Amino acid sequence: MPARKGKRATAAPRRTAARKAVEAVQPAARQRIRVTVNGHPYEADVEARTLLVYFLRDTLGLTGTHVGCDTTSCGACTVLLNGEAVKSCTLFAVQADEAEILTVEGLAKDGELHPLQKAFWEDHGLQCGFCTPGMLMTAYAFLMENPHPSEEEIRVAISGNLCRCTGYMNIVKAIQHAAQEMAAR
Amino acid sequence: MFPAPFEYVAPSTLDQAIRLLQQYGADARLLAGGQSLIPMMRFRLANPKVLIDLNRIPGLDFLEEDRGVLRIGAMVRHRAMERTPLIQQRYPLLADTARVIADPIVRNRGTVGGSIAHADPAGDWGAALLAAKAEVVITGPKGRRMGQRTLPLEDFFTGPFMTALQPGEIVTEIRVPAPGPREAGAYLKIERKVGDFAVVAVGVQIALDADGVCRKAGIGLCAVGPTSLRAREAEEWLIGKRPDESVIARAGELAAEASQPTSDTRGPAEYKRDMVRVLTVRALRKALERIPMA
Amino acid sequence: MATTGQAHVVLGHPVRRKEDLRFIQGRGRYLDDIVLPRMAYMALVRSPYAHARIRSIRTDAAKAVPGVLAVITGEDLEELGLAWMPTLAGDKQMVLAVGKVLFQYQEVAAVVAESREAAVDGAQAVEVDYEPLPVVVDPFKALEPDAPILREDREQKTNHIWHWEVGDREATEEALHRSEVVIREHIKFQRVHPAPLEPCGCIADFDRVTGRLTLYVTSQAPHAYRTLLALVTKLPEHMIRVISPDIGGGFGNKVAVYPGYVCAIVASMMLGRPVKWVETRTENLTSTSFARDYHMTVELGATREGKVTALRVKTLADHGAFDASANPSRFPAGLFSICTGSYDFPVAFAEVDAVYTNKAPGGISYRCSFRVTEASYLIERAMDILADELGMDPAELRRRNFIPPEKFPYRSALGWTYDSGNYVAALDRALELIGYPELRREQEERRRRGELMGIGISSYTEIVGAGPSHTFDIAGLKMFDSCEIRVHPNEF
Repeated sequence: MPARKGKRATAAPRRTAARKAVEAVQPAARQRIRVTVNGHPYEADVEARTLLVYFLRDTLGLTGTHVGCDTTSCGACTVLLNGEAVKSCTLFAVQADEAEILTVEGLAKDGELHPLQKAFWEDHGLQCGFCTPGMLMTAYAFLMENPHPSEEEIRVAISGNLCRCTGYMNIVKAIQHAAQEMAAR
Repeated sequence: MFPAPFEYVAPSTLDQAIRLLQQYGADARLLAGGQSLIPMMRFRLANPKVLIDLNRIPGLDFLEEDRGVLRIGAMVRHRAMERTPLIQQRYPLLADTARVIADPIVRNRGTVGGSIAHADPAGDWGAALLAAKAEVVITGPKGRRMGQRTLPLEDFFTGPFMTALQPGEIVTEIRVPAPGPREAGAYLKIERKVGDFAVVAVGVQIALDADGVCRKAGIGLCAVGPTSLRAREAEEWLIGKRPDESVIARAGELAAEASQPTSDTRGPAEYKRDMVRVLTVRALRKALERIPMA
Repeated sequence: MATTGQAHVVLGHPVRRKEDLRFIQGRGRYLDDIVLPRMAYMALVRSPYAHARIRSIRTDAAKAVPGVLAVITGEDLEELGLAWMPTLAGDKQMVLAVGKVLFQYQEVAAVVAESREAAVDGAQAVEVDYEPLPVVVDPFKALEPDAPILREDREQKTNHIWHWEVGDREATEEALHRSEVVIREHIKFQRVHPAPLEPCGCIADFDRVTGRLTLYVTSQAPHAYRTLLALVTKLPEHMIRVISPDIGGGFGNKVAVYPGYVCAIVASMMLGRPVKWVETRTENLTSTSFARDYHMTVELGATREGKVTALRVKTLADHGAFDASANPSRFPAGLFSICTGSYDFPVAFAEVDAVYTNKAPGGISYRCSFRVTEASYLIERAMDILADELGMDPAELRRRNFIPPEKFPYRSALGWTYDSGNYVAALDRALELIGYPELRREQEERRRRGELMGIGISSYTEIVGAGPSHTFDIAGLKMFDSCEIRVHPNEF
């Protein structure tokens, strides 16, 4: 219970520790961050205001993650942060310090496409391809926690990702298809 | 768009965060889930000089029922509210609400405390937690030790995007009375599309006595006023009555009267007011269906 | 790699697309993925007002922002003769506002900087002093005598842009007068925005040594771009290379040349560096090509037996601040005269008046921007209203009025030749496939239960693609496979 711990913080040694900690946490306009992206460690000096998506795209050159809007609506920038799908346009790179990130570039393993990638290809789950990385990452995170989804559950899961080409039919089909493939393994 | 330059700091204790807030005053903003603040910063509608990130402070995301009170740590994500069995089983009003906030990916980041402190009159938690008769626990500096105070949520919202928070204070917890027997709730929302703010949303919480008479009622209205609103007259109307269709219909009318919608791109005021009525009726029906009567 | 279907057999088999392999691995190359050495970034300052006079623009503070390399205003462009550019519809459009702004979010100044963020910082620091003017957003009000004149640059002091008509006015009037039944309806086809998921953007790379311009751009029409850019920049076409990389959706939104591209080109020429400009979603939705915005009044005459006798259409077309739609040069209202649809009208008359309003320039959008969508909606809606008026099944009404197979090749009352068809057979087959009588029975049952169930019927005769080659061109560009030798003498 945090409030109780707060009460106890009046003890002298703790106060010293707290003061030290305050000195250690100084606001800064730039910060050195360490992240693991698709299994590779990276270290970089970033401006505090750099959004994670631009860190991935501009600093690391991982341009598979796209920017389609400025209001956290389209989901084209979806990546996995410590295993959870996030919109990387609505997170500062400094917040990802020490985090594990997975982007679309990390889906295929040893030259072998992930079942989701195969299914999107097979079932025509994309047209212009711009929403595809975000769709794939959302679907990836979703199937991790729900390996046997219904169509309805898939539609809810991708409701934060916009596609302007396909009308979603084939995207849903591809995710169903991939779920079956993965279950059969 | 890109935010204006700012300085970032991620304290590891609440104490540090409060000290930083005191030190930087109005120049500082707290960062919780960031799903409202960061878009606002991208549009430069918010330009904090110092951003204090609460995400590295452990112990702010507890979610538990303790002696008749549901304690929601301020950093609990919408996702946890959506998925935690305790919430799903005992607090259908809150589980309903979590499911319709923004979209599933945003819900992975957004927090209950951040949403309440943001005080957007179109925020879903405001209306839902008003219906739940929630209280806000605020932690701030006081004297030589950490000070805490508790406010009814109704008193916490003071205007659009305005709260009763004083300089140096942080929302650390939301408390919701645990449901008694024969008590349930529901939250219904009309939205133009997934991820959009509500055109109108209504949250209700209702409890019956053994004879099926209403002994407790809470109704919260979303996006139809300068703050999230409580429909008090509708609540009072219900108490002491058997909530049959005609009683519920009247409660809907009273809730509509309590709303203060304005016309905008999401619809004319007249339509929104009528939707308050419709959603109140439907939410009450749904809540009542959820009450197991012996 | 397994292939789907048999080798060499394409028709009737699903085919896996070749480009998908890169898209599903995040290896597409869209515009914003491209980085050139020494590349600078541009951001635009846009007007918060829909109509305002610009009293002054102060750029000192913007120029002092760290990282900012240049600030360009309409006045700067005027000195270069680049403040205006031609539109695809023969009008001209401001590149950066000169004197006044005509729609909200109109481009007012461009800021070039070392980074994306610094460009936005600079744009925020540009101070523009506006004097708000009365705003006209209703095309009908734009034609009222006391309406403010929006386009002061034009000689004609009116918001009326052009009038276009086709068909026989008198004969139609007479036929309507004689008709046993006449239905009349105002139909508004609202503005639509294509909203591709990838916003528009470009990298302009002008090489000062060779004098060549390379433009990487989110373009659906790179050849048209080259021609228009030659007109704007006065560079000969062979010195301009337009590269369309992977495009994140277009739907018509990426046909027009936008002011941002011209600004980036100017900036690249000024700085001798590549300049990238990528608009935000907000900019995309507020300032790039819209389409439709037709206010149509239709009158349709018929006999009591449901045989159509005449069609008259009067349309007010809201073109926004600049006439930037992309219609064939000879048809300012596009192929709107296809509005007799698939039906055998003995006589018809259509007229369109285009007006300026304080809105973003209209342009191009999916499902044919040559006004075929508007025309189809108009006639199909009118047929439904007539069916309702006559108490006749809408399928039966259409069956009675389709151009009969023996009349092909058929010349419509508004001048188009329909080469072949058997519409009745097609309709009957469609009705059979969907089980039309059963659906109607279900509808009746549901209605008895107080439920609503709608059944929609529509036919669509379209002039496919770029239409008959002998009549079609945009800004001198033929819209079919052809070769043309053009001579652009350089000025000395």
